[in-house]
Amino acid sequence: MSARRSRWAAFRSAPFLATVTGLYLVWSLAPVLIAVLFSFNDGRSRTQWQGFSLRWYVSDPLRSVWNDPSLHTALVHTFRLGVVVTLITVPLGTLMALGLDRWRGRPPAAANFLVLLSFVLPEILLAVALLFVATTLTGTFFGDVVRLGTVGQVLGLVTYQLSYPVIIVRARLLTIGAHYEEAAVDLGASPVGAVRRILLPMTMPAILASAVLVFADVIDDFVLVRYLSGGSTTEPVAVKIYNTARAAPTPALNAVATLVLVASLLAVSLGYLAYRLLTRGEGGQTAGIDVFAGEA
Amino acid sequence: MAEPRQRPRWLWPVLALPGTAWLLALFVAPLYVVLALLFGGIDPILRRPVPVWNPAQWDPSQFRYVLDHLTGSQGFFGPPLVRTAIYVGIARALCVLIAYPVAYYTARIADRRRGLLLAALIAPFWISYMMRMLAWVNLLQNDGLVNNVITLGGLWDTRVDWLGGHASVVVLGLVYGYVPYMILPLYAGLDRIPTEMLEAGRDLGASRFQTWRRVTWPMSRQAVLTAIVLTSLPMLGDYFTADLLSGNPSTSMVGNLINSAVLTPGQTGEAAAFVMLVLLVSLLPMAVYVRATRAGEEIRT
Repeated sequence: MSARRSRWAAFRSAPFLATVTGLYLVWSLAPVLIAVLFSFNDGRSRTQWQGFSLRWYVSDPLRSVWNDPSLHTALVHTFRLGVVVTLITVPLGTLMALGLDRWRGRPPAAANFLVLLSFVLPEILLAVALLFVATTLTGTFFGDVVRLGTVGQVLGLVTYQLSYPVIIVRARLLTIGAHYEEAAVDLGASPVGAVRRILLPMTMPAILASAVLVFADVIDDFVLVRYLSGGSTTEPVAVKIYNTARAAPTPALNAVATLVLVASLLAVSLGYLAYRLLTRGEGGQTAGIDVFAGEA
Repeated sequence: MAEPRQRPRWLWPVLALPGTAWLLALFVAPLYVVLALLFGGIDPILRRPVPVWNPAQWDPSQFRYVLDHLTGSQGFFGPPLVRTAIYVGIARALCVLIAYPVAYYTARIADRRRGLLLAALIAPFWISYMMRMLAWVNLLQNDGLVNNVITLGGLWDTRVDWLGGHASVVVLGLVYGYVPYMILPLYAGLDRIPTEMLEAGRDLGASRFQTWRRVTWPMSRQAVLTAIVLTSLPMLGDYFTADLLSGNPSTSMVGNLINSAVLTPGQTGEAAAFVMLVLLVSLLPMAVYVRATRAGEEIRT
């Protein structure tokens, strides 16, 4: 009885707000769930349910994700970008966060400003700028480095994602404070040793969190990867969806989108669990969920 | 007690250097290339844009061409810009109307299942934007679920060609796409307000609404502003929502102008001009965001 009362207590104390929140959740999640459901449809339709099958994932000999080379390529390319960009961005951003947090003066303030700017700048502006570097500066060093295809995509995505680890790791450094590494230095550790033995382990939860966030964000990216792709072999899933969504696609498109969705949510959930495990006993009401909302 | 050992000054700059250099080379320099192309020339034979690096030699004719076609009888660039302002304005207002109550409920009222609720609110954040638009294309296409429902399964012929160029559908897409980005900063802002402040309001005899108006709202205004900035900026560069949910020139936004100019050979200057326009419009909200973040950091340190 008392359990039931407390279950409905929140609803009773604000029925209007609770209803709005409930309706919002349905509206925000139901369309996606329906799209996922129809990836398991036995027929060609994306609106008429014709029974459950894995036809669009594996068994259709021509158009399933497994057998259609274009979908297959897009999926592999999506994950390749996710892994490579995460491996570059996270170390680069972590070092930058350590440096910017402890270095005092004007230059780090300017660099920090640059990080925030790259975080809020509309993505299309960076995408167009890099595309122009690749297409109009051919023959120069700059234009040859930033070239369309995987290389350009990786360079662009790292630039766009760099602010994530910097912001998240810095937020963690602020909560740690400076006394642990000062103690280590007082006890005879070298400055580099203090960073390696004290700061890196203590910021590990934030590093891990930013890694899964960067990965999940990269496999969902559309704007940068579309402009910087060098043809159909370097078009990831998001671009595939854009190209075919309005051109009578089969449920295989829903299937490939579902696979990316599962990977993305899985990465974030596992990352979150690991984060909780690493920060066990530190308290905090939201238990770090705000970090996973990109809201550090 | 011995003086604490002085840590070397070189360590932190060295750690920060690679990231900073990366941003200078691949963030600042490319934006300068856009400027150099915008105020540069065009190779008369190859019709290729030629960047001019020295600002003293910049030629404003390409920029002026775009500005001249914003208004008047030749003003074909004007309508999409006005439309962008209207769409983004409406979408932004709807986002606040939806996001504020949801964030308020989550932060203030939901207690037992708050973690689960937060996870559900965050989920769309980690679902690809294209997947979410594809979901709406599925629902709104001519034989889609929405039409099936409003015709009661074909009983009436009240089919609507939802994806044929409706402004309202594009605005719906923008709201659907960007509202999660608004809920989270709002939640964070509301969650930070100390409970004691609200209890004090209630103890002094204010009703819940009065407490909200006199305490919560003033204390959450900064979060609302940040949330508006965080949702408006990506909307300004959005072209894919209009493309997927309408595909009709009558609903094209400034992002569509950029996109089509980028993909058309010989219109590099135009694309560069639009990029600079969006950048100029974005500067003020970006400054607001950066200032708010800085202020927050100063309080925390």
